[in-house]
Amino acid sequence: MLEVRGLSKRFGGLQAVCDLSLSMAEGEVLGLIGPNGAGKTTAFNLISGFLVPDSGEIKFRGRSVVGLRPHQICHLGLTRTFQLVRPFPHLSVLENVKVGALARTASVREAAGKARHVLEEVGLLAKVEVHAGELTLAERKRLELARALATEPVLLLLDEVMAGLTATETERIVELIRAINRRGVAILLIEHVMRAVMSLSGRIIVLNYGERIAEGPPAVIANDARVIEAYLGEEYVGATQG
Amino acid sequence: MRWAALGALAVLLVLPNFLGSYLLTVFIFIFFYAYLGQAWNLLGGYGGQISLGHAAFVGIGGYTSTYLAMTYKLSPWIGMFVGGAAAACLGAVIGYLGFRFGLRGFYFILLTVAFAEICRLVVSHVEALGGALGLFITFSGDPWQFQFSDNRYYYYIALGLMLAAMGIVALVERSRMGAYLAAIREDEDASEALGVNAFGTKLAAIVLSAFLTGVGGTFYANYLFSLQPNTAFGIPLSVEIILRPIVGGSGTLMGPILGSFILSPLAEVSRAYFAKGGLSGVHLIVYGSLLIAVVLFFPRGAYPYLRGLVRGRRGGA
Ligand SMILES: Nc1ncnc2c1ncn2[C@@H]1O[C@H](COP(=O)(O)OP(=O)(O)O)[C@@H](O)[C@H]1O
Ligand SMILES: [Mg+2]
Repeated sequence: MLEVRGLSKRFGGLQAVCDLSLSMAEGEVLGLIGPNGAGKTTAFNLISGFLVPDSGEIKFRGRSVVGLRPHQICHLGLTRTFQLVRPFPHLSVLENVKVGALARTASVREAAGKARHVLEEVGLLAKVEVHAGELTLAERKRLELARALATEPVLLLLDEVMAGLTATETERIVELIRAINRRGVAILLIEHVMRAVMSLSGRIIVLNYGERIAEGPPAVIANDARVIEAYLGEEYVGATQG
Repeated sequence: MRWAALGALAVLLVLPNFLGSYLLTVFIFIFFYAYLGQAWNLLGGYGGQISLGHAAFVGIGGYTSTYLAMTYKLSPWIGMFVGGAAAACLGAVIGYLGFRFGLRGFYFILLTVAFAEICRLVVSHVEALGGALGLFITFSGDPWQFQFSDNRYYYYIALGLMLAAMGIVALVERSRMGAYLAAIREDEDASEALGVNAFGTKLAAIVLSAFLTGVGGTFYANYLFSLQPNTAFGIPLSVEIILRPIVGGSGTLMGPILGSFILSPLAEVSRAYFAKGGLSGVHLIVYGSLLIAVVLFFPRGAYPYLRGLVRGRRGGA
């Protein structure tokens, strides 16, 4: 459903993404990992239309999305979340999610119903009236997820939705992502919490300095010498021990 | 709430029978500036796109209908919509340039000021529009020419304009466009990620806002019987338009109305009072001081503050 070929993006002298290719099938969970500054978020910005690539091709469900605006890409069924969550702080939780739901219906009443439904799924129903700016970090991460879900994506790009969460909160998000995927939503997952990526992803791609250095099933990636050297080393060991 | 609104409306409808001519004038200004403020509120308050050049739309609307009335005897009742359409076109140009090139915050404000100034300069140099002296409407007392010997008619027209704008903005507020404008105001990029066409939504908002403001230009011209480029397109008028929703609470339906009930009488009184003493600019100082007080004590405006008080009391009781 997603076909990326030779994607490159340069910021001044810095090659943030270099000749990246990847493909995803319907309903699959693909993990995207790599050290900080590897170009993961930049890849998301390119795929979701927030940045225009210097070169390369991005096809979503058979159609090129290079040059489309983010809202157009969202309407095609590809929605992303932001690493630094960006709730609408002065709007209520319900209003936040309603904006996403309005991508699929012009009726505000219908959108509100849909938003409640999604909020129930992510466990924020008790907070519908609260201003998004007053939520805890864990709640804001779930709100970010709920808003994206409300747009009814077939491919969801999640950028570090677990960063900064406690172990229990992480566990809940992992369960939630698994439930979303079970409904047939494909997920491209950037994540530093190794245990979560390893358990959720069917396949993992490793980026380093903008380039893909490895790709394969979690068990293979975890034992790949280049990956361990570039990145996994201490963190993975730390995660399994912790 | 509904009864309070109906009660207030009933009072406003019978009020002219009890008002002297001076107070009638004050109320006409209250309604008319509430109307202009509400039109601005749609773009600036709900959408967060601050225009400091809305006088341009008043000027375009007023000049268009007045020119058509003088030259082609077109009734201003029709001309006001032609003027609105002309203002909407200018709004579309400003919006296209500003939003296509991603001007945000100060840069958008500057763009709106620049356009208003360009309009002012151009009109000052067009002989057919009276040049720097402007256009003067001779009084005929013909209602079809938007002229009435009894000021109560202007009172009801201004009240109607205010209520119409309020109704239109209320509809927008409850629609998808209202939800999208709020999202854009809060975080434009995040809204785009959720499928909001920020460019299209902002463009629609400035066109509608400019149209309503332009319609108001016809009232402005015919109530004052004249149009001068320096006042009709000037920054002072733009400031008057923007102050009421900000003082009353921008992005709320009642904000521009409450703001106008606070500011318009104050402007009238201080203008009259200080003009007598030969200090005709002093009302601006009074204004400025009030604005500073509002920003310091009710940063979100008077209406959200009052609403908070009422809710707090109800909650406590
Ligand atoms: N808009 C930008 N302008 C300039 N440099 C950027 C921009 N966005 C990211 N970068 C740089 O590109 C590199 C990759 O960043 P990013 O994609 O955020 O990495 P990751 O998400 O893998 O941590 C970093 O060195 C970062 O500083
Ligand atoms: Mg990142």
